[in-house]
Amino acid sequence: MASEDINRVVGEIGLRHGRERWRLMDIVRDVQERLGAVGPEAVDAIAGWLGIARVEVEGVVGFYSFLSSGQRGRVVIRLCDDVIDRMAGYDAVRAAFEGALGVKVGETTPDGEFTLERTACIGMCDQAPAALVNDVVVTNLSSDKARVIVRMLRDQKDPSKLVHRFGDGNNSHPLVRSMVENNLRKAGPIVFSGQTRGEAIRKALAISPAEVIRAIKTSRLRGRGGAGFPTGMKWEFARAAAGDRKFVICNADEGEPGTFKDRVLLTELPDRVFAGLTIAAYAVGAAEGIVYLRAEYAYLRRFLEQVLEKRRADGLLGRSVCGKPGFDFDIRIQMGAGAYICGEETALINSCEGLRGEPRNRPPFPAQRGYLGCPTVVNNVETLACVTRILEAGPATFCERGTHQSSGTKLLSISGDCTLPGVYEVDMGITLREVLELCGGEDAAAVQVGGPSREMVGPAEFHRTIDYDDLATGGAVLVFGPDRNIVEIVSAFMEFFVHESCGFCTPCRVGTVLLKEKLDRVIAGRGEPKDLEDMLELAETIKQTSRCGLGQASPNPVLMTLRSFRPVYDALVKPDPHGYRRGFDLQASLREAERVAGRGSQQHQEGVP
Amino acid sequence: MSKPRIATCSLAGCFGCHMSVLDIDERLLELVDVVEFDKSPITDIKKFDGRCRIGLIEGGCANEENVAVLRAFRRHCDILVSLGDCATMGGIPALRNLVPIDECFREAYIDGPSTHNPAKIIPRDVELPLLLDKVRPAHEIVRIDYLLPGCPPSADAIWAAVTALLSDKPIDLPYQLIKYD
Repeated sequence: MASEDINRVVGEIGLRHGRERWRLMDIVRDVQERLGAVGPEAVDAIAGWLGIARVEVEGVVGFYSFLSSGQRGRVVIRLCDDVIDRMAGYDAVRAAFEGALGVKVGETTPDGEFTLERTACIGMCDQAPAALVNDVVVTNLSSDKARVIVRMLRDQKDPSKLVHRFGDGNNSHPLVRSMVENNLRKAGPIVFSGQTRGEAIRKALAISPAEVIRAIKTSRLRGRGGAGFPTGMKWEFARAAAGDRKFVICNADEGEPGTFKDRVLLTELPDRVFAGLTIAAYAVGAAEGIVYLRAEYAYLRRFLEQVLEKRRADGLLGRSVCGKPGFDFDIRIQMGAGAYICGEETALINSCEGLRGEPRNRPPFPAQRGYLGCPTVVNNVETLACVTRILEAGPATFCERGTHQSSGTKLLSISGDCTLPGVYEVDMGITLREVLELCGGEDAAAVQVGGPSREMVGPAEFHRTIDYDDLATGGAVLVFGPDRNIVEIVSAFMEFFVHESCGFCTPCRVGTVLLKEKLDRVIAGRGEPKDLEDMLELAETIKQTSRCGLGQASPNPVLMTLRSFRPVYDALVKPDPHGYRRGFDLQASLREAERVAGRGSQQHQEGVP
Repeated sequence: MSKPRIATCSLAGCFGCHMSVLDIDERLLELVDVVEFDKSPITDIKKFDGRCRIGLIEGGCANEENVAVLRAFRRHCDILVSLGDCATMGGIPALRNLVPIDECFREAYIDGPSTHNPAKIIPRDVELPLLLDKVRPAHEIVRIDYLLPGCPPSADAIWAAVTALLSDKPIDLPYQLIKYD
């Protein structure tokens, strides 16, 4: 494309978003969508429009996996490559796509039509293998379906035509039109109950903000993203923080592999999530709200925009919400661009400001200085749905469920080797055994609770409970049957962290790579007992010295399984009789030199006396 | 009883660590009173004569010969000490780890600014050991018992380590001996 055209496109997009620097993400995303790349000329044009350095634009383009400086195809097929998808046949699907397209993963077809990529979990583990075709989600893939998809895309050019049958509930909504299934297996009394739109807000507005916070504190609600920080306390900090301008943000960047409950909430109960965000705004004194929606859920965007529009029309958003003078509040949707780390709240805030999604130092905490330097509350989607129920039915209804430290219910996203994968609303404090009975995964050999960053539990520990005192989780429950190879799963989890590390701090950026290399050597049968000790030591170092939650959690797959599945590792390692490091593969390390020299090694490898 | 034996080698190093060994000065006389030097550049003995108590390793492993020598040291020595930063971390030679081997050769033999090689020949004689894809620290090739940091470690540090090992005492290295800033 000629550079005048690029300038024109950027100009149009710029006009839509304005010249404020923090709209960079939106501009870059739109440019990527229109031009298939954010190349050097587009970077210049964007930097010129916003009056910032081009390196700032390049930094953003380079950071997010849905953005690229190199030209991508008109249709980008992103195969979801996580453990569950691999178990469900990812490799066959990938091979089928590669065969049908004639390119490998990471490449673009010569005609510029298709780019094939892999991506981290897209939140469809209960209907794996899955993929994104531009914004369109395709699920339950198999090799034949992959070939059909490529043929249809070649014939019809339009990814939305791939959807023949809609999923249940709002997945068939005219603005969603997706084949995604909710698989809501168990609706509980808190999140999936209560219907009256507006009731919770009206009840909240009838009392003072301080009383709203007291109600949330009475309910003992804690953050549903997994960290479990008391929601009422977070709001109180933000309310007390100095400043006229405050923000509330809904964290819908559900990226922990195996988690998909927020997707179902946003599909079925967006009104209750937005109500929760509005109540949070009232409580802390915010007039502006943001929903940070992960790029993988872009197919829900138009639907959510319409829900917001309707709320504005009904007086549930906008000036004087519900007729309450002085309480003005509106919500905008901020799209992400494919970065797991943005689920971390300070990284998310950076991303909202149009920066690379790197975590910030804390303190200051977002409640003191967050988005644009203003006090900011960031809450998980499910937390906000709980808020709505608490205001609607009273804190007592909420905290009569669950345990004292972990009140209420929890949504679980269950996938893997079980008969009924899907979303379950269960009381906090439920044992893992009960969970497995619910989903038909009784013969599990291991269960990963909370996704890769948390804990792998074996049968001897199935009596443990899901709550903040024991197995804290954002909702992911990955069930692994007796035939699964634990260490291979751990390696896949480590691969995820290697890819998703933002690269800011060394322990995480380098440590995860070293840890995975060591692990893979052990898996390949080239490990020694000492390697396991080294892995533990390295894992501890990464945990203690990384800057943010992702880094601190990144060695967990290794650390947790070395603790609870030690015999599996022990069986893989043995000492070398001569004291040689078994991990060193002389032949492999000479291969390149042999190629360059055009001859094999002449040395007798053991011949030096 | 015969004297304990010491062997040393310089793999992908600059011999600076060996210079530092010589820097123990007159204590060298003390040393040869209590030990015998086996395979070492200091004695120019090429082959191991017998079992050694201590092997001092200078340099990391850059080629197949380095690997073979290091493995021989592991087989013949009770205790191996990585001497200096190249042995412990790869050091300066490991800078090439970021560059593919053929590019290294091109730069060294053809494109280098001070290179005169009109025939553009890259030596590939069978006598030349093949390079490893990456320069590796010694402990990635064989088990290493002790690491002595420094570029080079000071003569006093080497003396303290070797005498402690010979007398079966714990190695006590005061902070001043391993501080490099």
